[in-house]
Amino acid sequence: MAKADIAVNTQSVTHTTLPRGRRSWMKGLSTLALHLLIACGAILMLFPFLWTVSTSLKLPGAALSWPPTFLPDTFYWQNYVRVWSIVPFLTYFINTTIITVLSVIGSVLSSCLIGFAFARLRFPGRESLFILCLSSMMIPFVVLMIPRYILFRNFGWIDTFLPLIVPEWFGVAVYIFFARQYFRGLPIEYDEAARLDGASSWWIWAKIILPMSKPLLATIAILAFRNAWNDFLAPLIYLHSDEHLTLALGLVTFRGYYRTEWSLMMAGATIMTLPVLLIFFFFQRYFLEGLNFSGLSGR
Amino acid sequence: MANHASSDTPLSETWSTKPQRRRRSGLAREEMRDAYLMVAIWLVGFFIFTVGPIIASMWLSLTKWDLISAAQWIGITNFRTMLKDDLIWTSLWNTFYYTLILVPLSTVGALGLALAMNLRLRGMRFYRTVYYLPSITPVVATTLLWLMIFQPEYGIANYVLQKFGIPKQLWLLSPEQAKPVLILMALWGVGGGMPIFLAGLQAIPREFYEAAEIDGSNYWNSFLYVTLPLLTPVIFFSVVTGIIGTFQVFANAYVATNGGPGNATLFYVLLLYRNAFQYFKMGYASAMAWVLFIFVLIFTIIQFRFARRWVHYEV
Repeated sequence: MAKADIAVNTQSVTHTTLPRGRRSWMKGLSTLALHLLIACGAILMLFPFLWTVSTSLKLPGAALSWPPTFLPDTFYWQNYVRVWSIVPFLTYFINTTIITVLSVIGSVLSSCLIGFAFARLRFPGRESLFILCLSSMMIPFVVLMIPRYILFRNFGWIDTFLPLIVPEWFGVAVYIFFARQYFRGLPIEYDEAARLDGASSWWIWAKIILPMSKPLLATIAILAFRNAWNDFLAPLIYLHSDEHLTLALGLVTFRGYYRTEWSLMMAGATIMTLPVLLIFFFFQRYFLEGLNFSGLSGR
Repeated sequence: MANHASSDTPLSETWSTKPQRRRRSGLAREEMRDAYLMVAIWLVGFFIFTVGPIIASMWLSLTKWDLISAAQWIGITNFRTMLKDDLIWTSLWNTFYYTLILVPLSTVGALGLALAMNLRLRGMRFYRTVYYLPSITPVVATTLLWLMIFQPEYGIANYVLQKFGIPKQLWLLSPEQAKPVLILMALWGVGGGMPIFLAGLQAIPREFYEAAEIDGSNYWNSFLYVTLPLLTPVIFFSVVTGIIGTFQVFANAYVATNGGPGNATLFYVLLLYRNAFQYFKMGYASAMAWVLFIFVLIFTIIQFRFARRWVHYEV
């Protein structure tokens, strides 16, 4: 709990029993200790990433050596070429991209539109509908999994991307919640002024509210991207033929065939992880700072 | 803030008064129509992809069905069979074990991380990113990479242990160690809960700490009596969603151990998946899904009950 103490300390809470000089000396020391702790933790967090990349560059079989070598003797970039030819990795990559892009567009647009109605439009039943929407978050996917599978089977959608994309276009409860919270924090005068000029709700949403909501859009986009790109259970159920698999399924299939080909597997894992990281770095300035989940914070 | 439709003022007070509404009743009707059209998007999806499936699932749980021949009504037989099914009990135990250890650890971990990341130190942006990244890494990729690290013969985990004179461990191949190793793997992603805690911390007004300081509070007391009570809604949210999530643990066990060794990592959803999509016992699997749903409901209701005692929504 030492972390906690000092965390509050920087919020300018200081106790005044020690003489001034000694206090600042101790404060400096504890800050240094804390910084060291955070840095060590960060190395621990980064290590698995570094280990993945390092392994992905080792010669075939070199990953099985004992004692393990930290850096590859020679950087064997061939792994990144071979992985595309041994399994249809490019197909998996394209499939995952199609599913992810369409899911993200769908869930961002629909959730923001629905959240906008809940936040800024007046209609009878708004509060109860919103509570219904919120409580739907508590339903585990597992409960819906089997009947949805049967539903999509009746639609003839099994082994297509549709079961993974279409539901996203009808709004996702968590994102609707985020959108509503965010939109309620924007001044209502914008809407009123636009309405006086004859603007419709749709126009206000598209031309006034959305352009003001970049942090919200970025947050939903990151979360939706991550969920679609990383999803495993749903694709496992709906997709069967090799040419329709996603990266997550492809990697697991690959492991089924080549159990000890760690270098190739890690090359695949790196390729799969990279887009998520890129998207994250692209949007992060909106994400880790700036967005206040106002419904959840302490006030 | 006066002009904002903030969440603690009822909208009816913030928005236009009655005379205006009467003058613009045509507009108000139009606004209402558009609002219903927008909400209808969600409502239609909700009925097709949630309400319908839930009702269907309830019916399915009372049948025997292999997807090919016609479904056969068997009443509550599935639930009775479940009571006698040893695998059900094993998987329930495994899932509770995993949940009850992982959720508290990751909640405390995320809170601790957020407190540390809230410091004004050099390079904090970098650290926040580093601690957050594991949580967005695809679960299949992380599972494979940890499999390699915990590989008993040539994995680096055993290499490090050996440096300290500890013999090689079996890790995921040992019935005793498999679950703790999966928990450890999940804890690498502890930073995923950090942003909402960070947002919660940053929403606490500085004046509260200043007031506490004037009253002679040291920083431990400030943490205990200012920070912690004001964070209770975030902690509550994190625990509730955390439990719903870990109850459904699947991918890591499917990839890393496929339930083994000796069913030590046979989690409930993994068993459900096998029953549904490998043995095609759709009725039985639906009954399992309903039992999980009821567990989630009970846990959530209990938490909301207790929440009244420890969660403070008002300052």
